[in-house]
Amino acid sequence: MNALQIKKGANKHSAYNLRPTFSDTVEQHTLAVLVDNEAGVLARVIGLFSGRGYNIDSLTVAEVDRAGHLSRITIVTRGTPQVIEQIKAQLGRIVPVHTVNDLTVEGPSVERELALIKVTSEGEKRVEALRLADIFRAKVVDSTLSSFVFELTGTPDKIDAFADLMRPIGLSEVARTGVAALRRGED
Amino acid sequence: MARQMTGAKMVVQALRDQGVDTVFGYPGGAVLPIYDEIFQQNDIQHILVRHEQAAIHAAEGYARSTGKPGVALVTSGPGATNAVTGLTDALLDSIPIIVLSGQVPTFMIGTDAFQEADTVGITRPCTKHNWLVKETSELPQILHRAFHVATTGRPGPVLIDIPKDVQFATANYTDAPKKSSYRYNPPVKGDQDSITALIAALETSKKPIFYTGGGVINSGPAASQLLRELVEATGAPITSTLMGLGAYPASGDKWLGMLGMHGLYEANMAMHDCDLMICVGARFDDRITGRIDAFSPHSLKAHIDIDPSSINKIIHIDIPIVGDVAHVLEDMLRIWKARGRKMNRDAVAKWWTQINEWRAVDCLKYKAGDSKIIKPQYALQRLEALTKDHDRYITTEVGQHQMWAAQYLNFEDPHRWMTSGGLGTMGYGFPASIGVQMAHRDALVINVAGEASWLMNMQEMGTAMQFGLPVKQFILNNERLGMVRQWQELLHGERYSQSWSQALPDFVKLAEAFGAKGIICSDPADLDDAIMEMINYDGPVIFDCLVEKHENCFPMIPSGAAHNKMLLGDASTKDAIKEGGAVLV
Ligand SMILES: Cc1cc2nc3c(=O)[nH]c(=O)nc-3n(C[C@H](O)[C@H](O)[C@H](O)COP(=O)(O)OP(=O)(O)OC[C@H]3O[C@@H](n4cnc5c(N)ncnc54)[C@H](O)[C@@H]3O)c2cc1C
Ligand SMILES: Cc1ncc(C[n+]2csc(CCOP(=O)(O)OP(=O)(O)O)c2C)c(N)n1
Repeated sequence: MNALQIKKGANKHSAYNLRPTFSDTVEQHTLAVLVDNEAGVLARVIGLFSGRGYNIDSLTVAEVDRAGHLSRITIVTRGTPQVIEQIKAQLGRIVPVHTVNDLTVEGPSVERELALIKVTSEGEKRVEALRLADIFRAKVVDSTLSSFVFELTGTPDKIDAFADLMRPIGLSEVARTGVAALRRGED
Repeated sequence: MARQMTGAKMVVQALRDQGVDTVFGYPGGAVLPIYDEIFQQNDIQHILVRHEQAAIHAAEGYARSTGKPGVALVTSGPGATNAVTGLTDALLDSIPIIVLSGQVPTFMIGTDAFQEADTVGITRPCTKHNWLVKETSELPQILHRAFHVATTGRPGPVLIDIPKDVQFATANYTDAPKKSSYRYNPPVKGDQDSITALIAALETSKKPIFYTGGGVINSGPAASQLLRELVEATGAPITSTLMGLGAYPASGDKWLGMLGMHGLYEANMAMHDCDLMICVGARFDDRITGRIDAFSPHSLKAHIDIDPSSINKIIHIDIPIVGDVAHVLEDMLRIWKARGRKMNRDAVAKWWTQINEWRAVDCLKYKAGDSKIIKPQYALQRLEALTKDHDRYITTEVGQHQMWAAQYLNFEDPHRWMTSGGLGTMGYGFPASIGVQMAHRDALVINVAGEASWLMNMQEMGTAMQFGLPVKQFILNNERLGMVRQWQELLHGERYSQSWSQALPDFVKLAEAFGAKGIICSDPADLDDAIMEMINYDGPVIFDCLVEKHENCFPMIPSGAAHNKMLLGDASTKDAIKEGGAVLV
């Protein structure tokens, strides 16, 4: 490639520039995908993202309607508006997919994530950890003389902020569920 | 009505209920119960191929030439992995096929059992949908659903993986539900406001063009009929992709020929200069667009496609219309007529004057050269002249010969042209010709081949002989991987790395070894007689047509160039491909 002075992945010269050039702004979108809860459906969705080179910032999945065998997959992804449109269209054509909703554009929505955060520290630092937890309304769900496990719910940003603050205090492990999201209002 | 039967019997029953008359396959341990059922019935004919890849391509050929889904049956493990190329081919070209694979018994899945492969895992990205059947009771509905999914919306390949114990066990067979009862039923009717907007644009357009593709063929015969009517009524020019040839007749006076990398000058120039592009069931492939930012820069673009993901994928579309081609064209015609059949006739007449100037360039002319050597273009011109009045079906392999076939053969009807476009699979054409001939026993089926591609599935001579399929293998033998050689000439300083077809067989003897007929021809003066001999022979023929070895395929839009930067012949090729284009394929 070097002989041609083209950086790998550079798309200025490439007809494989499948991204129409009309907007370069990368946006983050939260998509809610309702799917038949059948074998392989998650692999199909993930395979679509890896196979076509899309990003996944967060992905959660769980059955939401046992009788109807429906699961809801919430995906936080990023891309230019055209890529986001492609992602939605590509998701929509997976056979077991019922609906694809873009919560970022379809009116206001609530997004929440749950995290369990272990902080290992002693002395003054333990007190500081508890003080911060209080501000963030994190619950202590386990404690030893040298550690806490906090449970925290909120937007991903809030969880990021909490984890960042805990880092110098003794953050040792983080488990996050990924984002669950719903549209606000009646339906 | 529910009936008790084994899973294996269900397979045969469901195929029968779905109207299947032909299955292409190859047996093995994991599908023996199904083969046992096939043995005990006469409604469905099984065609024993010599390699599973060929079963899939044959099913594709059958499907593309009939509009019905093709069916293939393969065993677990290597049988299934051999099917992968064909499945990918069918996915890229939107061909409806149903592949049934055997699997190790459910209780052995995951143990690295003999001939176990994760078939649904391997084929997930190369099928439209696939299923692993865990219970015999689920099998009938999965079988019916598979046919529905393969043929509904944008067609494509599906695979059902059936463990051996599921084939042996007994359960209730249930009939196919009504198609409308399925949740998976993508809308076929286009948005009326968008269609009206398109008609309004058409009425005032000075330089309209129809850019049509495989979606017109997928949509069925009505779509081709409506397209013809719309083109005739509006007087707008029409071009098509490789996949859409035959939807509009090549003899029609609005026909500009194929567009794209090896398309006709007039078609590409008209696409570049048009003011309204109406894309009907085509997908803006990179063979079409060339350089994206220079693609038809001044046109308003409308796109009719049943798959929303095709729209705005590559090119920004001003008027998107999601729907089935036939349904949308019908509405277009109705609305256009109701609004008074308006066109900007004067401007369109001027547009035709311009187009006729481009036509006068006569981009398909080639240098006659040595009168003792057959030019590949000439061979195809003669093949066209001598076969055009036959009930004729053409398949191709992949390479220069494929492009020349698209340029020099004329297709008057849909379903007559079977080629591997999206994946470009060498080895497709011969097995596809077998599938076509199975569907049209009395037709003249010709595979236009390159010698290198043809060797990739030459074992199918056995199949052709066993089933008495008189497929004609018309090999344009340049003793080169011609298309590769051409690119090496243009792009890699004429360093012909590994692009020679060496140690070729004697094709006449090879034919005779299988009990078929072999014909060799090297002199243009003998060509007509040799072609007639091929046509008149009642049985498979390998025609070894020795052609000019270093002919390049023109016209050509170099990779990374705009449509109006076409190369028309050898003289124009020096440094034609800029460094940016060199990374492209
Ligand atoms: C060596 C080589 C060279 C090639 N050079 C060229 C070339 O010069 N020119 C060229 O044209 N091609 C060329 N090709 C083929 C090219 O790679 C693509 O396969 C081809 O251009 C795609 O055709 P299409 O756009 O018609 O799409 P298809 O692959 O046929 O897709 C059909 C489209 O129609 C839609 N559709 C399907 N059914 C319906 C329906 N019922 N209603 C509405 N829409 C529907 C689908 O969603 C899809 O978007 C070449 C291939 C090879 C191997
Ligand atoms: C399975 C496969 N392998 C490799 C290629 C790359 N390829 C495209 S055309 C071509 C040469 C084909 O040679 P031949 O069949 O003799 O046809 P010609 O171009 O000479 O007409 C090759 C190797 C391909 N398309 N398919």
